[in-house]
Amino acid sequence: MSSKQTRHIPWGALGPWLALLATCAFFATQADRFLSGENLSLVLQQVMVVGVLAIGQTLIILTAGIDLSCGMVMALGGVVMTKFAVDYGINPYLAIGCGLAVTTAFGLLNGLLVTRIKLPPFIVTLGTLNIAFAITQIYSQAQTVTDLPSTLTVLGNTFNLGSTEVGYGTVVMIGLYLLAWFMLRESAPGRHIYAVGNSPEAARLTGIPVDRVILGVYALAGLFYGIAALLSVARTGVGDPQAGQTENLDAITAVVLGGTSLFGGRGIILGTLVGAVIVGVFRNGLTLMGVASVYQTLITGILVILAVAADQMSRKGAG
Amino acid sequence: MKIKHPALVTALFFAASSTMAAQTVVGLITKTETNPFFVKMKEGAQAEAKKLDVKLLTAAGKADGDTAGQITALENMAAAGAKTILITASGDAIIPTVKKLQAKGVQVIALDSPFDGADALFATDNYKAGQLIGQYAKAALGGKPAKIAMLDLFPGHPVGAQRHNGFMAGYGLKANDAKSNELSTAPEIVCAADSFGDQAKGQTAMENCLQKNPDINLVYTINEPAAAGAFNALQKAKKEGVTIVSVDGGCQGIKDTAKGVIAATSQQYPLKMAAMGVQAGVDYVKSGKKATGYVDTGVTLIANKAIKGVDSKDTQVGTDLCWGKK
Repeated sequence: MSSKQTRHIPWGALGPWLALLATCAFFATQADRFLSGENLSLVLQQVMVVGVLAIGQTLIILTAGIDLSCGMVMALGGVVMTKFAVDYGINPYLAIGCGLAVTTAFGLLNGLLVTRIKLPPFIVTLGTLNIAFAITQIYSQAQTVTDLPSTLTVLGNTFNLGSTEVGYGTVVMIGLYLLAWFMLRESAPGRHIYAVGNSPEAARLTGIPVDRVILGVYALAGLFYGIAALLSVARTGVGDPQAGQTENLDAITAVVLGGTSLFGGRGIILGTLVGAVIVGVFRNGLTLMGVASVYQTLITGILVILAVAADQMSRKGAG
Repeated sequence: MKIKHPALVTALFFAASSTMAAQTVVGLITKTETNPFFVKMKEGAQAEAKKLDVKLLTAAGKADGDTAGQITALENMAAAGAKTILITASGDAIIPTVKKLQAKGVQVIALDSPFDGADALFATDNYKAGQLIGQYAKAALGGKPAKIAMLDLFPGHPVGAQRHNGFMAGYGLKANDAKSNELSTAPEIVCAADSFGDQAKGQTAMENCLQKNPDINLVYTINEPAAAGAFNALQKAKKEGVTIVSVDGGCQGIKDTAKGVIAATSQQYPLKMAAMGVQAGVDYVKSGKKATGYVDTGVTLIANKAIKGVDSKDTQVGTDLCWGKK
């Protein structure tokens, strides 16, 4: 660390916002409807599921972990909620609670395997990804659950804010982001997450219970996946056992685009929201322009590499 | 159990292998283990295998597109003595392995998804499936100018192209023929987006299409989950009187057709494809002749409301013949 105080621009934190602004400016010139409140509200509704998954993913990546199982755990949670409510006739609120309990339990399982048996998170969650997928298929017999009670779908509805229809689910997503942001900035457990990600050894020496922090992060992430499951159910109106199959990588993409370092300890949770929105904006904008969706995939790939490169360079600069 | 007598072991071994040799072995490889379409296909194969006293081996890729898993299954089944293998190919990467097995005398039949070099193909005529719903849509709009959204599969899949182009041809628009892998376009098509045959992604695609053109009055969908997603998007945008057409004929899709979510769907018959395949396996062992060419396993237009001049069946017929959970 140099003693000289150099003021350098925090590209890692600003980059995602600049990328989002540039993208929006570009599409605004290309498609008339792009900047309408209705369209932007729609983009937020389209990213809310991946957005909430990515909160859990960010917390885990901040501890230098990774979670490949998030999408599959979400699918299981969604099937549990809907089947409990529809097939067994359980009170819908209780059914939602059961779904959240299942996803949180899966998060806890990930956390226990990582902290107690000291397995690498990549391998643990690769395993639980397959386990959650198989349980979902066996339990649902690969059948979609339909005719849901309105309690399960209410978050998919909208309310009028001025002339714009805003999704309740979008409000939930933004609320969760603000909550996570506040927790990470202001609370002791939040600061501990950064400390553990930066250097577990240093954290241990300052008296932080490293394993308990990591275990808590995985369990909390599981709870977020459960909420994402509820949002996914509300948005599509069904319990879909085929849901979530690409969402693990989509969530990791949002985290990386948002400027959180895959090496742990660095990142701002609101960046992840921006990362998720960027992907949604490209999908929406390119459809409005009439461009094939494969170009969205191409651009996402380029942005991911740019984001990681920016992180690496700012690391060298700081070192 | 411990068997000490070597002669007994030998006798048991020969007894086992001779009964195995007497029974015809047929392999079935599907794209995935879980999609109801393939579950039904497997049921059809199992029932026919039981009837004809055939030993049926089954395997599947981990996901649609997992050709590596299918290649492994092809090799394993040939090693297990299968003389006929039925496969719904996830991609052309399996072709070299198929050729190797054919050179060793194995008959390889494509079910549902065509690929070059298969001995025979038992499948839905996907172009015709598209044409039927195209004709229905034309009649349903009754001369109104069409503003069409196309919710396709994903780029480069032949089944996606055949249904898409067939729909356009059925509607009376200029389109590529059944052999083309390119998606045609026309001024009436105001939006085209990929749904990946998935309900959530279909909903997102339809929402974006409605942003592009709110006056869309006709929606083509690659399959029924995508159609359910499109319906959801239309409802949320409070659009009424939009005609949705689809392809598949799964039980959930037929239910949606009965409810009027889908106006009409082209129903296909996976059970029949598999049963015919097992029969072909038995014939090959008996006669030594491989099955050849393309056999159409049939497609029926199931409509919510019959329209004069378009031949269709009602949803009761569709329910009797559908696949999935009734």
